[in-house]
Amino acid sequence: MAGMATRLQAVDLRRGAPVGFLVGALAATLIFGMVQLANDPVLFFQTLMKSLGLGSVYALIALGFVLIFKATQTVNFAQGALAATGALFLAFLVQERSVFSEGQSVVERDGHIPFTNISNPLDNLGGPHWVHWSLSVVVALAFAAAVGLVVERLAIRPMIGQPLFSVAVITLGLEIMFRVFNNDAVEIELRPIGVPWEISGFRVGDMLINWSFVAAMVAAAVAFVAVYFFYRSRLGIAMRAVAFDQEAAMAQGINVGRVFAIAWAAGAVLAAVGGIFATQPPVEQTISVDQNTANIAFRALPAVILGGLDSVTGALLGGLIVGVAEIYAGQYAAAHTSWLGAGYPLIVPYIVMIIGLLVRPYGLFGTPEIQRV
Amino acid sequence: MLGRPRLYTAYRQEAQLLPTWTQKVVCTLFVAVLFLLPFDLPVINQIPVVRFLGDSDWMRPMALLMVLAIAALGLNLLAGVAGQVSLGHAFFMGVGACTAVYLGGTSGEATWGHSLPIWVWLPGAGVVAALVGVAVSPVAVRLRGLYLAIVTLGLVFLGIHFGNTSWGRKIAGPPALGREFPGLDVRLWKEETPLINVEDDGHWLWFDVTDLQKRYLFLLVLTIAFTLVAKNLTRTRTGRALQAIRDRDIAAEVMGVPEFRYKVIAFAVSSFFAGVAGALFSALSQRILATDFGLFLSVEFIAILLIGGAGTTSGTLIGTFFVVMVPQFVEEFTKWLDRAEGGLTELLARVLLTEGDDFGIINTAIQTPGWTLSVFDWNIVLFGALIVVFLIVEPLGIFGIWVRVRNYWKRWPFSY
Repeated sequence: MAGMATRLQAVDLRRGAPVGFLVGALAATLIFGMVQLANDPVLFFQTLMKSLGLGSVYALIALGFVLIFKATQTVNFAQGALAATGALFLAFLVQERSVFSEGQSVVERDGHIPFTNISNPLDNLGGPHWVHWSLSVVVALAFAAAVGLVVERLAIRPMIGQPLFSVAVITLGLEIMFRVFNNDAVEIELRPIGVPWEISGFRVGDMLINWSFVAAMVAAAVAFVAVYFFYRSRLGIAMRAVAFDQEAAMAQGINVGRVFAIAWAAGAVLAAVGGIFATQPPVEQTISVDQNTANIAFRALPAVILGGLDSVTGALLGGLIVGVAEIYAGQYAAAHTSWLGAGYPLIVPYIVMIIGLLVRPYGLFGTPEIQRV
Repeated sequence: MLGRPRLYTAYRQEAQLLPTWTQKVVCTLFVAVLFLLPFDLPVINQIPVVRFLGDSDWMRPMALLMVLAIAALGLNLLAGVAGQVSLGHAFFMGVGACTAVYLGGTSGEATWGHSLPIWVWLPGAGVVAALVGVAVSPVAVRLRGLYLAIVTLGLVFLGIHFGNTSWGRKIAGPPALGREFPGLDVRLWKEETPLINVEDDGHWLWFDVTDLQKRYLFLLVLTIAFTLVAKNLTRTRTGRALQAIRDRDIAAEVMGVPEFRYKVIAFAVSSFFAGVAGALFSALSQRILATDFGLFLSVEFIAILLIGGAGTTSGTLIGTFFVVMVPQFVEEFTKWLDRAEGGLTELLARVLLTEGDDFGIINTAIQTPGWTLSVFDWNIVLFGALIVVFLIVEPLGIFGIWVRVRNYWKRWPFSY
């Protein structure tokens, strides 16, 4: 009977819960926001920009998760490793030109463990730093896409038709393998990725806003708009058909393997973009790849789950909600939460996720799995 | 009936722990060998593989193996039998470890502890972990599949964070803070001389035993006890209910199996196993680092289940052996290769090993900068690769291979 009771309760909750949850959360946020806004508007807006920057990074990573999940029904736990790999490619391509402050090269061959002995093909190109850097980003993203394709072909394609969890565990195995190679490339050094805006910012009135926040927001906006239009293209419709029913899609002449490959390539590119932003404020201050870069995916997982594993809108909103919660908790609640220990904002996303799942077991926008007896 | 092992004439017969005579004999021999393993006895030290497992160098990995086996048996009940895949098993192990250190460790300026005997802290660790498991289950019961896996993964990150807070360090502080971790000695209360001394060399019955051998035997008894509990649980009403939930939870509920209650039971029992294993783990390693109980450990348990064969007790034990021992074998193999002189082995050593600049992929130098990886790193890569390869090639794990081999010989010379 206990089981039946919870099930009935679950059905009832599902009706009014999304509205109730959203209204409650929004009301609390609004009241809290008003008070803080009245107290110190400059700090409030500065924190808002910072949290939107973080939220955009989370949304980017979450979008990669969602793209792969929609096409292949797999949660890709290797997303973090792919992010670090992409960022490492970029670090490799810009290693000779990395600037930390005013044209000063940080990577000197003496005294540092060299990245690799392979010479960089882009090195001899002339031109200003930002042109070189943009070109490097494009090449690095292409590399990342290639890695995604290879992983999909070797490890994921043979698993078509196997239980979903097996495929997810395969990606866990991949994550472990990739991490070893990535950490070996990083060693104990930092590998600068040479972003042109470094950690500088600009002032609007009294507010200081980092360029990297704006860049993350722009990147997220571009990615979501691109995905929006992609899903309306011929290939995108094929992908949605595969997500809906693999066998039926195959019967209609859709090349399911190609859809898988494209989803993984796109997921890996999004992961790489996320990885590049994971080295910059507000995530980290080093603007260099280090051993923590791969953790960005696990920090972004709550955003994916909160939004719903199979919803692009969910990825965006989940990312922003989690980002806002994390930064605001760090900014405003620190004085009251010393017992939670230093660095507690990092666990705020997981707490938000668990509360969210209590109300909506499939995330805010996720499709509930239909159960047949 | 002797020649027809598949013919059952009574339910009691079918539900036996070891249904056939062959299994009874093999199991008895196996357990006997396990008990006699560390004593360098004439027959046993001739069996391949087993021969060197008894050496004192291998007692430490063997102890770790048994601790992880207890935890893996717990996860098998939850993930293999009840079908609730959890990535949070390392978290429950950590809870058990912290509880054990809090109850059994010494109190100091920077640490909390009560110096209680093992019969308090070992079950205590299990019970506290089980309570945490019950506390988590209302969330967990509402979730399915990957959502459940990710939420339990969240527990691991929460655990690591709280383990590193100031009060977390007071409970599970490092030895540098003057913390003494609980030992395995059995005491009645806090007296000086233990009732059963497990930590020092000594004399049991008619034999001289070293501390390593004592610890091995102690853990072996515990592991066998937990194996029996796990195996017997799957044969009871509870076990059948859990399997029904795994196979189709709604169908199970329609047939009158209270889903919520049994899922909570599954979480509680599995966390109890994890807690006890965590307590033993802390007593063995004499340290607790929150990061030890991280995602990697959780994945290790999932890998144990998948490689061994999920849902089967013997598969879980084989999987644990495989996952714990393969790195040890690889390390031993590299050492052996490094010493090799002449012939094919030296050629192989030339190809595989390197000390930096020359050809090879395994770096045997102490410092290993640059691309070539150390044996330790290669073992992690191998571990990841094993998960991938096993899932692609043999999803049922080693137990599946065994079933196929057995069936082949059973039906020989017919193919089916």
